[in-house]
Amino acid sequence: MAEKRIGLQTVKLSNPPSILGTATVVGPKEGEGPLKDYFDIILEDDMWGQESFEKSEVKIQEEAIKQAIFNANLSSKDIEYLFSGDLLNQIITSSFTARQLNIPYFGLYGACSTMTESLSLGAMIIDGGFADKVVCATSSHFSSAERQFRFPLEYGSQRPFSAQWTVTGAGATVLASSGNGPYITYITTGKIVDFGIKDANNMGGAMAPAAIDTISQHFKDTGYSPDDYDLIITGDLGLVGKRILLDLMKKEGYDLSKVYSDCGIKIFDGVEQDTHAGGSGCGCAAVVFNGYIYKEMLKKNLNKVLLVATGALHSPIITLQGESIPCIAHAVTIDNLID
Amino acid sequence: MDNMNNKEYQKYAERKIPKPTYFKNILYAFVVGGAICVFGQIIRNMLFKFGLDENSVTIATSIILVFVGSFLTGIGIYDKIGKIGGAGAAIPITGFANSIVSPAMEYKREGFIFGVAARMFSIAGPVLVYGVGSSVIVGILYLIFTKGR
Repeated sequence: MAEKRIGLQTVKLSNPPSILGTATVVGPKEGEGPLKDYFDIILEDDMWGQESFEKSEVKIQEEAIKQAIFNANLSSKDIEYLFSGDLLNQIITSSFTARQLNIPYFGLYGACSTMTESLSLGAMIIDGGFADKVVCATSSHFSSAERQFRFPLEYGSQRPFSAQWTVTGAGATVLASSGNGPYITYITTGKIVDFGIKDANNMGGAMAPAAIDTISQHFKDTGYSPDDYDLIITGDLGLVGKRILLDLMKKEGYDLSKVYSDCGIKIFDGVEQDTHAGGSGCGCAAVVFNGYIYKEMLKKNLNKVLLVATGALHSPIITLQGESIPCIAHAVTIDNLID
Repeated sequence: MDNMNNKEYQKYAERKIPKPTYFKNILYAFVVGGAICVFGQIIRNMLFKFGLDENSVTIATSIILVFVGSFLTGIGIYDKIGKIGGAGAAIPITGFANSIVSPAMEYKREGFIFGVAARMFSIAGPVLVYGVGSSVIVGILYLIFTKGR
């Protein structure tokens, strides 16, 4: 009997895992943004002494994981599972990071939804009694993502206003079966939602329906309303996705305007930093959650947060074949108090 | 979301995207593209002054512009010109140089054969294929219609 399930897509964790520590590493541009004071390590150079962007991303993720374990006052021997993923083909960043760490490893691909995908699975493994301490992590790198999904860096192209800027950064969370919080209490796992958007420069518009689907299902399953939350924050819908989400959620009967934000909008100053619709990438939700949200929760400025990382599960090959973009959003409730 | 089908949503989402600043883009493209052409003209005039004939001047001007485009790509400036100028920076021969040099730089770490050489034409390739292809077709048409004259 799956007695922890409530509603159609949600689980209520009966022994909510606690966050023991987090860490973030970000690139120079993120380190100049509005959230700069919340990050652990800010790089001066996004190559970080490595010979390629991919190798630099590996180092960024590895340092974030090591730092998170250190911040939790643990050593890597204490960690029973590592859940991580990234944007690169065959999730090489995560696997090459895991190669250094010697921790049993589950590699995930959820595109930019990976932060909540890893938190969901990590929390369920702990609540199910299969582990006491796990690390959930993800990363992205502007330059490694650009070359895989778009154009060479030095190519002189113009970006449309709906385009987003891939965050260079990694975030890692250490979850444990006991601790003083914040706790992961509910998990709403998303379905693939695809409304036929084919424009890879309009990720916000493509992903917004997935976020709307998951958030409304979360309310139906848990009985919560927007007022129960201090913050409901999506991963990387950006300005276009935000507009769509607020508008369509209202039509569904939920007014989110007072509590809603988006990690992609928070991380950059869109006008000053010329990032157009906002940040994106796995690292976007990862560094905003592990930096800003976690630290604000420790200070009790936020007590109950719904983190909804959103992912566009496409590839350049299938886009060229004329396919639309399948999208997903996973929601995780993070609570300072448990009943 | 249940009351919206795919087509309706796509139309709706399209309306939520900020409109491109067409007038500004066209103006910048004109200025940047025009400036590159003026620069080319200056080179041409100077080469004539050095006493080169018409044919050599045309070739030498192209060579110099390709060099400048590649050089500015190499030192990380041409992408900024392209960001402002759009098609004004992409259409002139300097933009063509940019489209070849930028992937060559980007893929250097994957080696000189499967990296630099194989990826070099990933952007310029289509231009070359259809440019050369259409010039062959035009050449054949020219031959047919001017045959015997």
